[in-house]
Amino acid sequence: MSNVTIHAIFDDEEPLMSSAKTLKSNGIRVKDVFSPFPIHGIDPVIGVPRTWIAICAFIYGITGLSLGTLMMWYMMINDWPTDIGGKPSFAYYMNMPAFIPISFECTVLCAAHGMAITYYLRCWLVPGAKAKNPDPRTTDDKFLMVVETKPENKNDIESILKNGGASEIHYK
Amino acid sequence: MHAESEIREPLILGNKTYHQISEDIVRPIEGKATKQWYMLLTLAVICFLWGIGCLAYTIGTGIGVWGSNNGVDWAWDITNFVWWIGIGHAGTLISAVLLLFRQKWRMAINRSAEAMTIFAVMCAAIFVTLHTGRPWLDYWLFPLPNQFGSLWVNFNSPLLWDVFAVSTYFSVSLVFWYTGLVPDFAMIRDRAVKPFAKKFYSLLSFGWGGSARHWSRFEEVSLVLAGLSTPLVFSVHSIVSMDFATSVVPGWHTTIFPPYFVAGAVFSGFAMVQTLLLIMRKVYHLENYITIKHIEYMNIVIIVTGSIVGVAYLTELFISWYSGVEYEQYAFLNRATGPYWWAYAAMMTCNVISPQIFWFKKLRTNLAFTFFMSIIVNIGMWFERFVIIVPTLCRTFLPSTWNMYHPTFIDIGIFTGTIGMFFTFFLLFTRYFPVIAQAELKSIVKASGQEYKEKAKHAAH
Repeated sequence: MSNVTIHAIFDDEEPLMSSAKTLKSNGIRVKDVFSPFPIHGIDPVIGVPRTWIAICAFIYGITGLSLGTLMMWYMMINDWPTDIGGKPSFAYYMNMPAFIPISFECTVLCAAHGMAITYYLRCWLVPGAKAKNPDPRTTDDKFLMVVETKPENKNDIESILKNGGASEIHYK
Repeated sequence: MHAESEIREPLILGNKTYHQISEDIVRPIEGKATKQWYMLLTLAVICFLWGIGCLAYTIGTGIGVWGSNNGVDWAWDITNFVWWIGIGHAGTLISAVLLLFRQKWRMAINRSAEAMTIFAVMCAAIFVTLHTGRPWLDYWLFPLPNQFGSLWVNFNSPLLWDVFAVSTYFSVSLVFWYTGLVPDFAMIRDRAVKPFAKKFYSLLSFGWGGSARHWSRFEEVSLVLAGLSTPLVFSVHSIVSMDFATSVVPGWHTTIFPPYFVAGAVFSGFAMVQTLLLIMRKVYHLENYITIKHIEYMNIVIIVTGSIVGVAYLTELFISWYSGVEYEQYAFLNRATGPYWWAYAAMMTCNVISPQIFWFKKLRTNLAFTFFMSIIVNIGMWFERFVIIVPTLCRTFLPSTWNMYHPTFIDIGIFTGTIGMFFTFFLLFTRYFPVIAQAELKSIVKASGQEYKEKAKHAAH
C-alpha cells in the first residue's frame, strides 16, 4: 500500500518544534518543514544535515585565487613582460605585492558567485520555477510540517500532531 | 530563538504578529502610490533625463565640454565617483559587518541600505566609464586579448585594481541583495491577487518555498557572503584611495589614505541612509520598524566614523608639517588657505565639527535635526573629495601650470543626473520591492518586539 502524506499546519514555531521532537522520539521521520522564516534548531530534529555550501565557497575561492594568479602571471610575466616605471616584470614573486589586490578580488568574485550559483541551483531557485511551498500561507505566518507515513500509523501521528498544537491537518 | 536582555529597547514597536508584519511591509506595494511618490518620481526622472542629455553631449563632443583642464585633469568626475562609491559602503557595512556582529537592528534597514549601495555604485560607474574620454573603448580596461600584439592591461596599476574591485563589489552586492530578497518576493507572490502581480513576483521569487533545507542553506549563504563582503568593502575604498596614494603628487602620497577613505565612506554612506530612511519611514508609515532607536544607532556610527575622519584630517596636517618636505607642507597649506579655502572650510565644518553635536542624546534622537545633519554630512563628504582632488592639482610642482578649475554646465548636469537616477531607482525600489527584510524581522519579533518584551518583563517580576 502506498504511503500517505500528512500536512500539518501550525500557527507558531514552538508547537511545531515540540511536535517534531515528539515524532522523532516515536521514531517517525518528519519529511520537511515550511516556514516564513528560519526556525533555529529544527535541523537536527528533522534530520537536515549541515549544508556543505560554505566548503564549496572555500573551494571556489581557492579556484578564483589560482585563476587570478595564473592570469596575472601569464599576462604580466610570461606573455609580454614590460618595464613599467623602472620596475621590470621579470618574476612573479618580485611583482607579487602589486598583484595582491586583484588576487583578493578574484578570490572573492569566484567564491561569492560560485557559492550563489550553487545555492540557487541546489535549491532549484530559478526564474520560472514553480512555488515549492504546498500552502501559500507558509510564507506569511503559518508553519507547515510534512510527514510521510504508512497508512497504519496515520492515527497515531494525527493524535501527536493534534496534541502538539496543529491547527489544521490535511492528507495528500 | 536568542534571548535578549530586558533593558535593551525593543526593535519592533507595537503589537505585531507575523501576519501584521507581512501586511505592513506589503502595504506600499499592494496599495496605490501616493501623490508625494509621483511628485518625487517626476522630479527625479526630470533630473535623470537632464543628466542623460548632458551625458550624450559629453560622449558626442568629448570631455572637453567639462571644466577639467590641463592641470586639473581629475575634477568633478572623480570627485563624484569617489563620493558615490563611498555612499555605497554603508549598505554593505549594515548588511555584512553588522550581520557578523549579530546586530539585530540591522534587519529593519539592511534591505534599503543595500539597494542604496547598488544604485550608488551604478552612479559611480557612470563617472569612471565616462572619464576615460572614449567610453566606447572602455572594454580596454578588461584583460582581453587584443589586436595590438597582445599588450595586456597593467596589473601593477591601482586604476586597474579599481576596475576589478568595483566590478566585484557591484556584482557581489547585487547577489547578496537579491538572495535576501527572494523569500520576501515569495511572500508577496503568495498573497498577490492580481494576475500580473502574481506572475511578476513568481518570476522574481524563483519558486522559493521556505523549506527547512533551503532556510539552512540560505542562512549559510548569507553568513558566508557577509564574511566575503566585509573584507571586500574595505578593499574597495582602500583601492580607490590608492588611486591617489600610490601617486607622487604631494598631498596624495600618504599612507593614511586607505583607512581614512574607508571611514569617510562609511560616514557619508550612513548619512545617505539617514536621508533616505527618514523620508521612507514617514511616507510608508514604517515608524514601528525603523524606530528612533535605529536612527540613534546610526547617528552613533556617524559620530564614530566622523571622529575617525576628523583625526585623519588632523594627522594629515601634522604629518605634512613633521615630514619636513616643503612640497607636502605647501599642499596642505594651499588646501586650507589657497584659492579653494572655502571648500576646505566647508569640509572641516561639515565633517569634523558638525557630527560632534550628536553627542547630545536629545539631538541624535531628533528626526528633523538628524535629517538636516545627514544632508550636511553628504555635502561635507562631497567637499572632502573635491578638496583632495582640485586644490591639489591646481597647484602642483610647476607654477606655470597653476590654474583654477571651474565646473561647467555639463559637469553640474551629469552630477544632477546621477542624483536623479539614484532617486528614480530608489523610488521604484520602494514601490515594487519589499523595503524591509520581513522574513528576518519575523524571526526577532519574539525576542525584540515591544509586546513580547513587555510580557517577558512582567513574567520575570
